Parts: sequence; structure tokens; C-alpha cells
Amino acid sequence: MARKILFPVTRIHEPMRVDVEIEGGRVTDAWVGSHLFRGWEQMLVGRDIRDAALFAQRICGICSSAHAVAEALALQQATGLAPTANGQHLTNLILAADTIQNHLRHFYLLTMPDYAAMPDTPPWTPHPAKHDLRLPPQATAALQDHLSAAINVSALAHELMAMFGAKAPHQQTILVTGVTRQIDADTVKAATALLREIRYFVEGAHLPDAQLLAAHYPDYRAIGKSGGNFMSYGMFPAPVTGQRAFKAGVVTGGGPVEPLDASLISEDVRYSWYRDASGGPPGAADTVPDRDKPDAYSWTKAPRYKGLAFESGPLARGILNGEYRQGTGAIDRLVARAQEALKICRLAESWLAQLVPGQPTVRPYELPPIGEGAGLTDVMRGALGHWLKFADGKILHHQIVTPTTWKFSPRDARGQRGPIEQALVGTPVADPGSLVEVGRVIRSFDPCFTCAVHVINAPNAKPLII
Amino acid sequence: MLTRREFLTLCLTATAATGLAGILTPFLRQAGAEGILPRPPVIWLELGSCTGESISLDNSRNPSLYQLLTEFFDLRYHWLYNTVQGDAAVRVLLDTVAHEAGKFWLIVEGAVMTAANGRFNHVFVRNGEMVTGLAALTEFAPQARYIIAVGDCAAFGGPAAAHPNPGGGKGVWDVITDRVIVNIPGCPSHPDWMTGTFSHLLLYGLPDLDAYNRPKMFFGHTIHDKCQRRQQFEDGIFAAFPGGDGCLYKVGCKGPVTHADCPLRQWNNYVNWPVKAGAPCIGCASPHFPDGTMPFYSHLPGIKTRSVRVSVAKIGAAAAALGIGAVATHLAAGVFARRIHKQYLDGTKPGDPTPPENLAQVKQELDDLIRRQNALLSEARKIEAPAPRRRRRSLLKRLINFWRTEDKTGKDE
Repeated sequence: MARKILFPVTRIHEPMRVDVEIEGGRVTDAWVGSHLFRGWEQMLVGRDIRDAALFAQRICGICSSAHAVAEALALQQATGLAPTANGQHLTNLILAADTIQNHLRHFYLLTMPDYAAMPDTPPWTPHPAKHDLRLPPQATAALQDHLSAAINVSALAHELMAMFGAKAPHQQTILVTGVTRQIDADTVKAATALLREIRYFVEGAHLPDAQLLAAHYPDYRAIGKSGGNFMSYGMFPAPVTGQRAFKAGVVTGGGPVEPLDASLISEDVRYSWYRDASGGPPGAADTVPDRDKPDAYSWTKAPRYKGLAFESGPLARGILNGEYRQGTGAIDRLVARAQEALKICRLAESWLAQLVPGQPTVRPYELPPIGEGAGLTDVMRGALGHWLKFADGKILHHQIVTPTTWKFSPRDARGQRGPIEQALVGTPVADPGSLVEVGRVIRSFDPCFTCAVHVINAPNAKPLII
Repeated sequence: MLTRREFLTLCLTATAATGLAGILTPFLRQAGAEGILPRPPVIWLELGSCTGESISLDNSRNPSLYQLLTEFFDLRYHWLYNTVQGDAAVRVLLDTVAHEAGKFWLIVEGAVMTAANGRFNHVFVRNGEMVTGLAALTEFAPQARYIIAVGDCAAFGGPAAAHPNPGGGKGVWDVITDRVIVNIPGCPSHPDWMTGTFSHLLLYGLPDLDAYNRPKMFFGHTIHDKCQRRQQFEDGIFAAFPGGDGCLYKVGCKGPVTHADCPLRQWNNYVNWPVKAGAPCIGCASPHFPDGTMPFYSHLPGIKTRSVRVSVAKIGAAAAALGIGAVATHLAAGVFARRIHKQYLDGTKPGDPTPPENLAQVKQELDDLIRRQNALLSEARKIEAPAPRRRRRSLLKRLINFWRTEDKTGKDE
């Protein structure tokens, strides 16, 4: 038995360390650790509640708009304010553009080097010793062409986001009742043209490329399964009705889709670098960092739903919406992500068509001095929740549970592995020196440890059923 | 070859129409082919960050990221892009430091996490030992040709160092004190600010830096100076809520105290920027960001001098009466005196005050400010004197007010 350390795992976001135990050419056990602590929830306390969205969004520069959207939802719940129809469409468009950007970059810049030869220059050289590249030369050349195009198209997606969000990353226009950007027919026209260009690429390159990889790596439909538990908070609410274009729900152990009850979420810190007194439902005691805690190996906490670890993200959304049935392995995550990118392009086109130039995009409002709310929404990488409580216009408690916390959680007190730890078990290893297969499984989840903040102060979250 | 002056003019004016890349790329390509300008080996070290700078650089159109990687840079190590992982990636990193000492550029993204001796942020493992970001930075920095801090976090601590700063985040120049650190702030940095500075380093060496080590070609003016809504400020037309028409000063715009060229350059292929989209500037390129520019939606303080007190509600009238620039002058003076900074920490606690601008610049600007503020004071006295006698508003005054106030119900703050 050999224990190998992989640190840094490259082509993901932020410091991630993976320890794997290998026996007989297979991974028999795995530990996933996050190695950055900035303390966002502590920083949020005491700040002006109006600033929370723009400040919290700085947690993560890859899916920045996600936090602003969740914050707006939490404040909508706390105050009863509702976005204007234009405002809701624009908020959805900003998140959609950001999501497409993320999906494209994940596929071409972060994942592709695992499966295909890249241009012969740093940072893509050197290659791992035993790389297991299976694509024929022609297909590789086509993929390389798509790489440079994808870089430009993902920048176009951010351009689309900036049209309504002022800039990207870190948009600046989302408020509780909508978006500050006023809409004229000109902008709608320009955005529609831009979006069409993006959709052509997703349709003509991204999705076929993902399917091409799946065809050449069929064994990865079996490798990298996370345990059969999938969840989603739902995504892209419609104006007025609030009905979400992607449904919320949970699937446990491959069973039927059930409604989600947010009060069943709890967190565990047995193997996280925090003092122990903070297990239980979000809403328990303060958490204090303790870097010297024995046995702990991550700054990420271990969120659990009904005591079980859950996977969220494009694959989970595809399964919950009945749109993806091909499998649940590592390569399925790539195909489901590409399929979702196309669906989001189409949805975004319909929202653009529903914009009414001249109608208000935002309604002036004043926040009450006291309030409490939860904003749960799926974002590009999975389930994101903001819980907040404020008084005198200042934040009293703020809690954020991000997609990465769910997927990359360490073990809990019952010894139950996090989804990715589970997915790694059984992964074949051809060369323990380069661990190419392990990298493929990890990257299929689209990890982002900038997002792996953890809970410091939690309000007494109300049970919330979406 | 472009002269340096031509290059600076380009940087100052570059937009979609006259892009840097179109003009620069052929030069660099040719120079590279002739071996005059070898692509510099680059190590991109990511510390306590949100990866926003890397993503912003991905958005670069001028040149594109693909051109940057294949034609400008020899990006040896950036954990976001390296094909190899784990030990093999660490080997690439350490080999570059060893073999390219004195030649490689060290680009740092994210604040240096210094709490618990750096153990809140590990970045790689060497011979079984975990290496902290702090240790990596202090080890590599002396070997680097240039050290460039991209983003507000790497430059000044930024959001990663916000109060109470549990991770002990610091700007690179607070940790590496014996080297010139080129600071390219912004949250995130505009891709042009990064590629423009890189190009200057490549072609002409260090650009002119201000006292915060920001390249003057991008951070030489305030947002307010160049803002498209500047005329509305002068005319006293103010938005009552973000998203409204008019100057966003009353809803918290920090443009008067933030140095950056966003209004001219604009973001993401030059399509938009916050004030154009109805959102007040939050001062994200400022050394005080975010603690010093929060609350984002509260306006800068009113004008208070010994003899005059102009509340925000009247600032439009004051601006019109006192002449162009007087009010902005006052705001700038407030920043120099750190008055505004102090008022902005309500709810947060101040860190150490940031160092002043370089001395010659401070002296010149202060002289200028004093001269203009004296003019402002004498004008203010003139307005102040007849005020108590005037009981009823004249029709003319009411008419003027009607046109000046955005909120026609007359409901000002």
C-alpha cells in the first residue's frame, strides 16, 4: 500500500491537497483538503447590510455574480421586496452569462489537458509521464483550434454579463429589486447578437467536444461516481411566480426525486480546522479556527443533508430535471455541463426576448432596520446558500454554504467520506507518479476552493422548503 | 519599434478602436522571432485570492489570453493552467526559480496570509513538507527580475485583509520591503492594466509609478475627473437611487476619491462600467478598499468648513455656485487629511493609515488644493451672508431647483 500526496492539484481554483492510498493499481482511500483560510463570515459581521452582496461576491472571482444573486434572494425573503420583471430577467441573464463563461473555461482550460495534447508551450508543457491520450491526431488538432476560440468566446460571455452587470468578474448592478442597468432596444439587440455567437460555439464545439471525449473514454462513465446522492436548490426564478427554470430537489441513493427541506442541512467539523463545539444544524455556536487540531485536514466543513453527503452541480441538475440519464461517472459530469451550457444559452435568449425596454429594471426601496432571511439558489457549480440576519442596518450573522463545501467536504464524525473522496475510491492508477486518473476525477467536479468558505456565525435558519 | 511616448499615449487612449494588441502584437512577434525580446519566464503565484485576476486576464481582448500565453509570456508556473500536477508541477516551479534566477517575473495574485506564521495558506508540498504562501513568496522574491502584485488583495491587502482580518492578509509590499513591487490594483484589475504594464516592462522596463507604486498611465486621474456623468454633477442633477439618471454621488459613488481610468477605458471589451450601468463606483482600485470605501451606498461626507456647512442635499447648488471643481477639490482635500477615510470606517475598525502620495506630488497638489479651497471659502462666505434674510423662495429659484433636483417630488435626503 502506498500513500501519495497531490499538492497542488493544478487546473482547479485555489489550493487543494489530495492524499490517496493506492493498492493493487487502485485508489483505496482518499482525503481532500482545502488550504486557504480568509475568514469571510467574520469579516461580514458589522458591515452595512446593503454592502453584503458586493462584499460577499469577492469570495470568489470565478462565479462572482452567484453570491450577489443569493444575497438578493436572502434580502427578498427578509424584506418581502420583489424584483421587477425586467430586473429578474436581467439578474438571470447575468448569472447565465457567468455560468456559460465558467462552463466553457472549465472544459477547455481546466479539463481538456487531461484528455488531449495541448499546444507545445508552457504552461501546457511539460506533460505527465504516462498521459493516456487516446484521441486521434485530427481530433486533437480540432480541439486545439477550439481552445483558442473558446478563450475568446468565454470572454464574450463575460462581455454579455458586463452589458448588464457593469463589469465581469465582480458585477456591480444586482440589487434586491432588480438591476441598476436601464434597458434600451439597442442593448437588447447587441446582447442578442452576442448570445447567438456564444450559442453557436456551445452547440458546434463545446457539446460535440464533450461527447467526443466521452466516446474515447467510456471507462470514465464508471470511474468517479460519487455515491448516488444529488441535490439542487433550483436556479433562475421567473418574475412574479418565482418558479425556477431548473427545479429544486434531492435524489438519495439513486431513488426518486423528492422535495428539498433546507432545515435538514447540518454541518460537521470533526476533521476541519475548527474547534469542535460547532456541529449540528446551521445556527449553532461560533466556530473558531484551530489550525493545530489533531486529525483535521481541511478548512472546509462537512455539510450533510439528512446526515448524508450530497453532490450538486450540472450533473445533479441534469438528473433532477430528467434531462441527463447517461450515467454518473467523471465523463458524465463533462457532458452534463456542456448540455447545460446549451440549455442556459436557449433560456437566456428567451429572457432577452422578454425584456421590455423602457420599463423599470429596479424599484427604489429602503431596507427595514431589522431582518432575517435565507437565499438558496443553485449556481454554476452547485448549491449555494446565504443565511443572514441584520439589525440597525448592520449584519449580525452571516453564513454561506457554497457548492464546493458540499462536494469537497472532508469526512464527518461518522467517518463518512465527502462526495469527491467517495468518487476517488476505486479509481484505477496506471502511474502512481503522475496520478493522471485521480486528476481527471477531481476536475470533473469543477472544484473551487476560493468558494470553500465555511460557517462562522449562523442565524437560527428558518426551515425553508423550496 | 514604438517609442515609449507613443506607447504611453496608446495606453492612455486604448479602446476597442485603437487597441493595444493590434499595434503591439506584430512588434512583439517580430522582436521575439529575431530574438531581441525573448518571452520572459513567468511564475504566477496565487495566495489568498479569489482567482479574480486570473479570470480577468482570461477576459483580455487586447491581446487575448491565448496570444499572451503563446506569444508574450513563457508562463512556466500558474496552477490554474499547468498540465502537470502535484510533485511534477512543484518541480517546474522550483526549476524555474533555480535556472531563471534574476530573469523570471514573479506575478502575485491575492493577499499574503500571515496569521499563524502563514499556516492559513499552504501552496505546495516539497519533500513531504507543506510550504506556506508566505514562505514561498519570501523565498522566490529575491530571485525575481520583477515582482508584480495584481489586484487589490496582492497590492494592498484588499478584501482578503478586511477587518477583522482573521487570516492576517497583507499586501505583497508589506511583506517584501526591499524590492520595488509594481502594484496593479482593482477588484479585479482591468486586463488592459495588466497587459499594458506587462508590455511596458517588456519593452521599456519599469513604468512611472505613483507613491502607491501604481503605473501612472492607468491610475493618474480620478474616476470623477473623467466620468461621463461629470456634467450632471456640475449641474446638480443627482440620482436618488442607483439606476437613476444623473450623477451617482448621493447614492455613494466613490469616483471623486478613486484613481483609475474606468470611465474612458470601460470593461470587458470596453462595453460598460459601473457608473454607466447606474451603479455607484465602490472604489475598488483604491488602496483603502474595501474598509475605507464602505458603506458603498452612503455618500461621501458633506462639506464642512469653519464658516460653511453644505449638506449633500445642497451639494449640487454648491457645485453650481462655487464653480467647477471646487467641490471635488474639497473631497480630494478630505482624503488627503484622511477625514473621509475616518468617517468611512463606521462599523469596521481602521487598519494602519496608508502612506501618503510621494512628497513632491503631495506638496504640489496640496498647494493647489489650498489655493482652490481659499477661493471656495470666500465664495462660500458670499453665499452665506444673505441667506437668513431670504424667507420666501423666488419663482426663479424654485424654477432652478425644479430643474436641478432629479426627484421632482422635492424629497431630498
